[in-house]
Amino acid sequence: MASVDLREVHKSFGATAVIHGVNVEIEDGEFVILVGPSGCGKSTLLRMIAGLENITGGEIRIGERVVNDVPPKERDIAMVFQNYALYPHMTVSDNMAFSLKLRRASRAEIKQRVERAAGILGLMPLLDRYPRQLSGGQRQRVAMGRAIVRDPQVFLFDEPLSNLDAKLRVQMRTEIKELHQRLKTTTIYVTHDQIEAMTMADKIVVMHDGIVEQIGEPLDLYDRPGNLFVAGFIGSPAMNFFTGKIGTDGGNAVFNADAGVAVPLGAAPAGSAGRPATMGIRPEHIHITSDGIPVEVVVVEPTGSETQVVVKAGKQELVCLFRERVTAGPGETIRIAPDRMLVHLFDAESGKRIVN
Amino acid sequence: MSALAELGPASGAAEPAGPKPKRLTAGRLGLYAFLIIAALFFLLPFYVMVITSLKPMSEIRYGNLFGWPAAPTIAAWLKAWASACTGVTCNGIEVGFFNSMKILIPSVILSIAIGAVTGYALSFWRPRGANVLFAVLLLGAFMPYQVFLYPLVRVFSMIYLYSTLICIVIVHTIFGLPVMTLLFRNFYAGIPIDLFKAARVDGGAFWSIFLQLIIPMSTPILIVAVILQITGIWNDFLFGLVFAGRENMPMTVQLNNIVNTTTGEREYNVNMAATILTALVPLVVYFISGRWFVRGIAAGAVKG
Repeated sequence: MASVDLREVHKSFGATAVIHGVNVEIEDGEFVILVGPSGCGKSTLLRMIAGLENITGGEIRIGERVVNDVPPKERDIAMVFQNYALYPHMTVSDNMAFSLKLRRASRAEIKQRVERAAGILGLMPLLDRYPRQLSGGQRQRVAMGRAIVRDPQVFLFDEPLSNLDAKLRVQMRTEIKELHQRLKTTTIYVTHDQIEAMTMADKIVVMHDGIVEQIGEPLDLYDRPGNLFVAGFIGSPAMNFFTGKIGTDGGNAVFNADAGVAVPLGAAPAGSAGRPATMGIRPEHIHITSDGIPVEVVVVEPTGSETQVVVKAGKQELVCLFRERVTAGPGETIRIAPDRMLVHLFDAESGKRIVN
Repeated sequence: MSALAELGPASGAAEPAGPKPKRLTAGRLGLYAFLIIAALFFLLPFYVMVITSLKPMSEIRYGNLFGWPAAPTIAAWLKAWASACTGVTCNGIEVGFFNSMKILIPSVILSIAIGAVTGYALSFWRPRGANVLFAVLLLGAFMPYQVFLYPLVRVFSMIYLYSTLICIVIVHTIFGLPVMTLLFRNFYAGIPIDLFKAARVDGGAFWSIFLQLIIPMSTPILIVAVILQITGIWNDFLFGLVFAGRENMPMTVQLNNIVNTTTGEREYNVNMAATILTALVPLVVYFISGRWFVRGIAAGAVKG
């Protein structure tokens, strides 16, 4: 096991720069998730850590060693690919043994390690099957088995669950997390699914357009997103945004949205009155109260445990998530108010969080 | 032929799809008619060759080209194999057969091995300038061979290799390379690149990945390559004539010498027998592996 350290990492393909100076410190044993929309450079970054892509600039360290020019086979890493990349002409046990055979491990050691990995993942009955005879979830498990037999310094996962159906994905999510808690191997996991990131990670790295937008613990990113991008990316359903100005109303801070509503704020930074800003409210932080702002119901989507309601506040639509059942139908008016301590403010120019 | 029979049941395993054709339509009749005519067109000359080779010269002189031999004899075959005259020597085509084998085996192995490695390097490792190299190789595949003859003769004579077995093997390897590389590169382009990346992360290097991962997955394309190279090299006349030297003249050249020897009577039966003997190797290869050939080409075209 080892720490992984990325310092000012750059990558360009020809003249096109795709990663512009990424700094991430990953501690020994940590489960870190790189998350971001497609094309943000997260998979490229992972492949650079694996050694499958050259590093244009900066430094990558695994443990204390700079690995910029170390070929993948000497980095002591294991990788799980999105499409599993199982060797089609080998049985499950040969697939898992391949890396050990390449390292010329003894027959007894190979047998013992493969059986241990197969035991952990419940693959014992499948050892003699070929990949084409396995289901998606089983293939996924074999791909993980191939990674853990080697007992590497770092596990790299490249969107490993994207090819599974929704139910299996949730199940494998739990399995991977359990596996990490058991093996405590440093893990770097790439996904575009923020739910996966939130549920599994010790630390999330949010990437966008080749830069790191924010690094932090899942709930930290949820509670205190550093900028508009992170605020919009983390959380489902996504945060509502209103552009407008910070103002005061009889000594209390309010946000005057361009859409035509005024939202009371818990606190505003001193001297910020009149400052243009973007306000963000999470759907789950909006409540129905009798003294709230009147809004018109547009769509009601009950899921049983909670109800998602799209309403029209002034000129803008906004998504609310209520724990209680909502009886109002489309066209009717309800009164809502955000939890004023949980309203986020971002600078209109830079999109950075305005600290209260 | 027994190999063909063994392959038979495998094809029977696939159930025919779609509704059964109810009765003979005009289109279907036309199709069969065409197929029968096409088969006759190719089989008739072969039939003439076989029966002529089984006739003694006395019978051939009657000129009854399609007639069944009255007294079939394999004398012409024995003569063609062991004692027909190829120029001044009269040892039959046997010498040519073994010369061709000596040329064929190393040439096939070398050209396929080098083509496979080049194709593998081009599609997976993508070294700098790989695309340029590939374009040049493609160009090589379409260049007429005759252009290279004289320069190559000069080069080989300068390094004292001209007219040797090594010389002709090198020539076949070089000229087989463009097509072999193209074949393997295109086949490997259909193998998901993540397999290769997984093998690299698993600790594979250039040769270990090639030998332990790529080659075991290449069976269909290897069969295609073997068929292409065996028929191509066996049927070669020009290179053999120019580069092999008198000691190693391949079967095709010997056949030409037998057929074109003009002392006395033209022995049509011996000529026919010698020709069939020469064509036998590619023929056998096609019979054994025709099914694999089609399968391999289709597999190479679509996906691994």
